[in-house]
Amino acid sequence: MTDWLIKGAAPLGGAPTDLRLRDGRVAEAGTNLSAAGAQVVDAAGLIALPGLVDLHTHLREPGREDAETVASGTRAAALGGFTTVYAMANTSPVADTAGVVEQVWRLGRDAGHCDVRPVGAVTVGLAGLRLAELGAMASSAAAVRVFSDDGHCVADPLLMRRALEYVKAFDGVIAQHAEEPRLTEDAQMNEGVVSARLGLPGWPAAAEEAIIARDALLAGHVGSRLHVCHVSTAGSVEIIRWAKSKGWRVTAEVTPHHLLLTDDLATSYDPVFKVNPPLRTAADVEALRAGLADGTIDCVATDHAPHASQDKETEWAVARPGMLGLQTALSVVTETMVATGRLDWAGVADRMALAPARIGGHPVPDAARGGSLAVDASASMTLFDPAARWKVDPYALASRSRNTPFAGRDLPGRVVATFLRGRPTVLDGKLA
Amino acid sequence: MATAPAGGPRTARTVLSGDDISRVTTRMAHQILEKTSGGADVILLGIPTRGVPLARRLAARMRDVEGVDVPNGSLDPTMYRDDLRLRGVRPLEVTDLPAGGVDGRIVVLVDDVLFSGRTVRAALDALAEYGRPRAVQLAVLVDRGHRELPIRADYVGKNMPTARLESVQVRLSEIDHEPDEVRIVAEDRRAGDGDGRSPEPRAAR
Amino acid sequence: MKHLLSAEDLGRDEAIAILDTAEQMSLLGDRSVKKLPTLRGRTVVNLFYEDSTRTRTSFELAAKRLSADVVNFSARGSSVSKGESLKDTALTLEAMGSDAVVIRHPASGAPHRLSSWIRGSVVNAGDGTHEHPTQALLDAFTMRRRLGRVNDLSVTIVGDVLHSRVARSNVRLLHTLGAGVTLVAPPTLLPVGVETWPAEISYDLDAVLPKSDVVMMLRVQAERMNAAFFPTEREYSRRYGLDADRMAMLPDHALVMHPGPMVRGMEIASEVADSVRSTVVEQVANGVSVRMAVLYLLLGGSPE
Ligand SMILES: [Zn+2]
Repeated sequence: MTDWLIKGAAPLGGAPTDLRLRDGRVAEAGTNLSAAGAQVVDAAGLIALPGLVDLHTHLREPGREDAETVASGTRAAALGGFTTVYAMANTSPVADTAGVVEQVWRLGRDAGHCDVRPVGAVTVGLAGLRLAELGAMASSAAAVRVFSDDGHCVADPLLMRRALEYVKAFDGVIAQHAEEPRLTEDAQMNEGVVSARLGLPGWPAAAEEAIIARDALLAGHVGSRLHVCHVSTAGSVEIIRWAKSKGWRVTAEVTPHHLLLTDDLATSYDPVFKVNPPLRTAADVEALRAGLADGTIDCVATDHAPHASQDKETEWAVARPGMLGLQTALSVVTETMVATGRLDWAGVADRMALAPARIGGHPVPDAARGGSLAVDASASMTLFDPAARWKVDPYALASRSRNTPFAGRDLPGRVVATFLRGRPTVLDGKLA
Repeated sequence: MATAPAGGPRTARTVLSGDDISRVTTRMAHQILEKTSGGADVILLGIPTRGVPLARRLAARMRDVEGVDVPNGSLDPTMYRDDLRLRGVRPLEVTDLPAGGVDGRIVVLVDDVLFSGRTVRAALDALAEYGRPRAVQLAVLVDRGHRELPIRADYVGKNMPTARLESVQVRLSEIDHEPDEVRIVAEDRRAGDGDGRSPEPRAAR
Repeated sequence: MKHLLSAEDLGRDEAIAILDTAEQMSLLGDRSVKKLPTLRGRTVVNLFYEDSTRTRTSFELAAKRLSADVVNFSARGSSVSKGESLKDTALTLEAMGSDAVVIRHPASGAPHRLSSWIRGSVVNAGDGTHEHPTQALLDAFTMRRRLGRVNDLSVTIVGDVLHSRVARSNVRLLHTLGAGVTLVAPPTLLPVGVETWPAEISYDLDAVLPKSDVVMMLRVQAERMNAAFFPTEREYSRRYGLDADRMAMLPDHALVMHPGPMVRGMEIASEVADSVRSTVVEQVANGVSVRMAVLYLLLGGSPE
């Protein structure tokens, strides 16, 4: 394998350093390293971050290859600076057996743009009635550790309790899509002033918070790991903060879109802004940013959810919920968290790489070094130009779908290169 | 200091003063009485906006002269225009026919300026929807020429040859809240609205 | 005015211009020949995804009285999840040369979406639980005709505000025109966020009636009972229905309005619906005048 010499990158925004990548690891770090025998990347002015990890990606394969495939989704991931994505289980067929999770895992390995870690369904067919074979998925080649019915809530409290308990046997975690189903029947957007005006049925914050509170109590009671997907309300942040104060093993994620966008965008009735959980109010956005900054929310996850145009170019109520996120995530976090002074680059590395890897339960060799990309760290990294700005063009994204809510927006920062275990997947902002 | 509007300087000259308008109106009232044998069966219908007060004035003069009460009202031809699609939507004006309708009457349409004739053409169509007058005549304060249809006025206050790009502005105190006057404005490129009406916003209702 | 998507978009002058124009249009109803040549050569498409003979006929009559060609495109039954998409239908209509599309649709915001796909004008004839702007215009028109003004009227709207596009449009338009609006409903049938609307809220109909110039009764569908919005029809009717005793509490001049179709015995008693205070029948006639005004103002000028 070729050696790569990264010249003048700033690991976590610190002093510029040269890094020599060899055999999947950082072999040498220092100033004025010799370029002999190595391909050189001029990284002056670029920030080096550990390869980003997304705990929440919908790759749509198998079943909806018109919207996304493992190959197209992981290309988008690499271009967004990711080296690992967790592929959600709501495919067709559902990833509720060892066979399906192994299929997805192999597709990811064969595409080679980033590591694909399948998420297993908690219940058979996401139906919420009986447990899927969680152990079989855990011991399959895909080595599943994260289980989720995402898209659906595991609403039955007894089933949720059993799932939380059962996965302790292989240090699994249940990632809950917190949505009380009776309170959100036919719900279309955040319930509040805007939904009242637009005549769209409301999705109340309490429907998320009630489930998070219940699940936190259950996790505390049985001593299991609970991960809360896409936290979207100020109240949820409060409940998670309280659960953590009890010492319970509760973690949480927030999406880039919930850190930036608000429910008034629905005024256009353009379903590109329809997502589940829905965009909330400015007060919620503020609480989510504060929660991510103080660690109440552990990580950022994209909930990248591609949809074919016929599922979005429709009336609002008919459209499927979801937004693209992989290629815009780091820029949105830069805008909402770094430019506002809430996180430094080490903080970004933690929230977008180290914490999600830890929650996902896969080894992170450089975690002990705080992702600092020192010698012997994994050579999975992304080089990011914080000074660049770019305008989001849905047609220029690598996804098969176009449903980015950031279309036309001017965003800060640009992924210049991504390395997966010493091998470039992206160079000069293009697939390598 | 006043600045010239875009499109070049506008020069205005007065062609009828307030006194002129008064005299002309009186003469037209006499002519109508003469031609209609004392105004029997006549109704005066003003075409909005400025035709309406003119019709009212003519009716008042006819009463002064002959002691006859000539019914008057207004007829808005907008919905019958053939040039609606040539410009932004026109607000509708009031149509208010005297009680008793138009059947069998001599209807005198009254307008301020006769230009292409299209407004009168539309008014004739509109009138036909309300009934069958015995005869329809036309009275205008100013005939500025440039007809596009075979239409002529029966009573003309003043014949006033104009260039196409000039505009004829009529000011009547009831509508414009300024002294009566008719002036010709050597226009910048802006054409009038097709029938010699001034492009100024219409009076508030 | 390019489209009429919601009453919220109408400024005061614009709304008054529509009412004044409707006033002129209504004179046509007195003539023997009820037809104007104004929109000759223009095509108006009625695109109805919900059954509403009343509204569709009203728009059809309005367009025909202005001499427009009318195409009725009933998409009823072609459920939104199967069959041709709204976008494809819109592009088809555009290709057929429609100048305006009047759309009734069960999804809130469908007219907004349509307006982004076609070049012609879009008129919202009722979208989901969002708005029904021509209904609000005809209601205001009816109030102005009967009571001489809209400004400073006290208008009470009673019933299922949560699911009512008529209520949403009326609250916005009446506020724009200077009326004071009070909403009366069980709390379950008021949307979260209603406190930001330009309206008073009351749960007590009897307290509000003596101060009302107009009381507008909204239809209440019995299905709402099954979703626990209220316990029984009987309880709803007792607390929020308008019967003769309650009608007697109104000032002498006050009007009773209903956008129809009425559920007699539920929100309105028959003797109320048929009383002289009731404007239900003239609301229908006024609907044609108002819709003529809207079509004229959208299509009567040059297309930009
Ligand atoms: Zn989810």
